[in-house]
Amino acid sequence: MTTILLAILVLGVLGGIFGALLAFASKIFYVEVDPRQAAVREALAGANCGGCGYPGCDGYAAAVAKGEAPCNRCVAGGAETAAKVAEIMGASADTAEKMVAFVPCSGSAGVAEMRFNYSGPEDCQAAMLFGGKSNKLCTFACIGLGNCVRACQFGAMHIVDGVAKVDRSKCVGCGACVDTCPKSIVKLIPQSQRIMPACSNKDKGAAVMKFCSVGCIGCMKCQRECPAEAIKVTEFLAQVDTEKCIQCGHCAEVCPRHIITLFDK
Amino acid sequence: MLGSIIQISLGAILINNFIFSQFLGCCPFLGCSNKVDTAFGMGLAVVFVMGLASAICWVINEYILVALHLEFLQTLAFILVIAALVQFVEMFLKKMVPSLYSALGIFLPLITTNCAVLGVVLLNVQNNYNFIESLVYGITGGIGFLLAIVLFASVRERVEFAEYPECFRGFSICLVSAALVALAFMGFSGMAIPV
Repeated sequence: MTTILLAILVLGVLGGIFGALLAFASKIFYVEVDPRQAAVREALAGANCGGCGYPGCDGYAAAVAKGEAPCNRCVAGGAETAAKVAEIMGASADTAEKMVAFVPCSGSAGVAEMRFNYSGPEDCQAAMLFGGKSNKLCTFACIGLGNCVRACQFGAMHIVDGVAKVDRSKCVGCGACVDTCPKSIVKLIPQSQRIMPACSNKDKGAAVMKFCSVGCIGCMKCQRECPAEAIKVTEFLAQVDTEKCIQCGHCAEVCPRHIITLFDK
Repeated sequence: MLGSIIQISLGAILINNFIFSQFLGCCPFLGCSNKVDTAFGMGLAVVFVMGLASAICWVINEYILVALHLEFLQTLAFILVIAALVQFVEMFLKKMVPSLYSALGIFLPLITTNCAVLGVVLLNVQNNYNFIESLVYGITGGIGFLLAIVLFASVRERVEFAEYPECFRGFSICLVSAALVALAFMGFSGMAIPV
């Protein structure tokens, strides 16, 4: 009987002492945390995608609470999250234009000439180690081994016929694919932008003709025909100024290579 | 004295490695070994907590439990000590060494339920180690864990790029490679260090 009582007493006292020590320590070692930080963290999408430019959602929440970051950086959460965060911080949200990823390359199998048949690890970076540039003759082309597919946390990237394609309904515009692409061709475009030339090649037209049946040859036709002067050919590649573009789609019609993509609204 | 310390250290790091021959702490070993960096952080946190827990539990065991003939309370009391200790260390680091806290941050609470930590304090009692020996066993046991998890993490990083059958993808290949790394450590088993 005494053993049981002693056991209860000893453990009780030990527990009590540790509890008191911890309570005491939590006062001494108290670190002030902005209560708004926790609230902001709660409101975020929580995908830890890094699209805001901060290391994870916690990093962004801390920056917002300190007033160092704007409220609308959470791309995964969109306008709704921005409004919630703004409400917590007592500021008005400038709604962020939703961005989506875009792979400007149409060099799918049979369209772009191959440099060699690659059968190494499924990794674009690894494929680039052979022959110096790419598995396709076009040095700007999408390698199509899916580094961006693996980087995407939202299942929005797919390899179709050797070229990465973006599922715009799933893309949140975090930019993980942009950072991971060893060719650095993936880019973020505003979702409202309907027109985009799907080529990244900056070689001269005659060279492009040799290895890709759809690549931009820099013929300037789109530049001449554009009613808004929004499309310009620089370095033998058509590029759209999203600020000026009126989304009429005329360039897509006149392009002799049919390379200008027209997205559904 | 020095002889027994060397014996304990080598035993804990190589011969009786906590993970590979005692099968303690397998959960964080498999869970936190995706990248060498995180594995190293986890390993360091374990070294730290195992050393501290060994020292404090030895004192509690010797002066409270043994003195009052309450040895049967060891498991219970040690869990209490470890849990409180980890909480305390977390608070201390958060305030005093924020950089270390953010590096170890996630791993510290995880260690509370790490059986290697409870194992080391119970083994200290079983082996009748004195204070210095317990401390050495705790720290070197942690170093053994660190060695094992870092080695395994680097193996896993390599495996990522290896070609192996589709059906092994994910956790299966992880277990297979863990077994192969453990085989390497089998080479040490049965060795005895003369005191």
